[in-house]
Amino acid sequence: MTAPQQGTLRPPVSDSDHVFGNATAPITLVEYGDFQCPHCARAHLVLPIVQKQLGERLRFVFRNFPLTEAHPDALHAAEAAESVATHAGVSAYWKMHDTLFEHAQEAEDALDDAHLVRYAERAGAAPDDVARDLEGDVHEARVKADFMSGVRSGVNGTPTFFIDGRRFEGDWTDPASFVAALEAAEG
Amino acid sequence: MTEQSAILQPGTPAPDFTLPVTPDQSVSLSDFRGHPLIIAFYPNDWSPVCGDQMALYNEILPEFHRHRAQILGVSVDSAWCHGAFAAQRKLHFPLLADFEPKGAVAMRYGVYRAHEGTADRALFVVDNEGIIRWSYLSPIGINPGADGILEALEGLDAVTVHQSSSGATS
Repeated sequence: MTAPQQGTLRPPVSDSDHVFGNATAPITLVEYGDFQCPHCARAHLVLPIVQKQLGERLRFVFRNFPLTEAHPDALHAAEAAESVATHAGVSAYWKMHDTLFEHAQEAEDALDDAHLVRYAERAGAAPDDVARDLEGDVHEARVKADFMSGVRSGVNGTPTFFIDGRRFEGDWTDPASFVAALEAAEG
Repeated sequence: MTEQSAILQPGTPAPDFTLPVTPDQSVSLSDFRGHPLIIAFYPNDWSPVCGDQMALYNEILPEFHRHRAQILGVSVDSAWCHGAFAAQRKLHFPLLADFEPKGAVAMRYGVYRAHEGTADRALFVVDNEGIIRWSYLSPIGINPGADGILEALEGLDAVTVHQSSSGATS
């Protein structure tokens, strides 16, 4: 038996993932990220440039990888985003996702529960639903499952990107080289 | 240029060592007999990224413990430096100071970078008996993650189960 190559996405993208863009696009970009990570917030500014250039050829998937020791609010932020997805659907999820990254670095308490519930309401979810989910850790298992899938896939910090299932070791901070790597994967 | 010795391979007994873990305490490889042990050599404390290699292992500790494994980080930084680093990053596993003579343990494991004067980014999984069962040398700029470690630990679990179920006849 040969071990799978290190840095291989496991499990592959499925219906349970949050997918943005053309579902049948030839190129798949997966990010493992943490809403409280400043590098992920930076990547969040690069991704729209990449998405605009590749258009229908790219689908983007986000999986949670909260580093809870370094980022004490990251787990609840991820749970809040999952809660919004459950109660208000996929487009509300992406609104919440964007809001979290846009505000995360503004202040120490930008991702505390009170803020999370407010962002969730703005994204279109009922605030009581999200508050109750956070209180009961309803979505913790989903977030932890994402995290463990990241560990098994060779995620080595945040953000880690996978292009068509292979860990991307290149420079994502430069949109041009990021796009080139994605296009190379299209073959 | 001196010849770099190669990273120790599976099947090799892990060379014993005693290194400071705090300014007044040391640990030895032999302290971990009876448990799988992960030894993670890395270049230096205070790498400038969040979610670095040690932070990642910190998050995965419960998974390592599920395999009854312990983990040690090893770099050429001093015990005082490790103490400050571990406190700031809230690390919950020991960091060993391969500080004097500098890099001696990394050299014995074949993972010392003479030019830089640091350890390589290298991983070892050592079994209950002190034998290296898996080793991996990562490109220096690439954090190897933990997938290889977990697969190696699962490999050890499988061997243990096999031995205990077939022990009477073999």
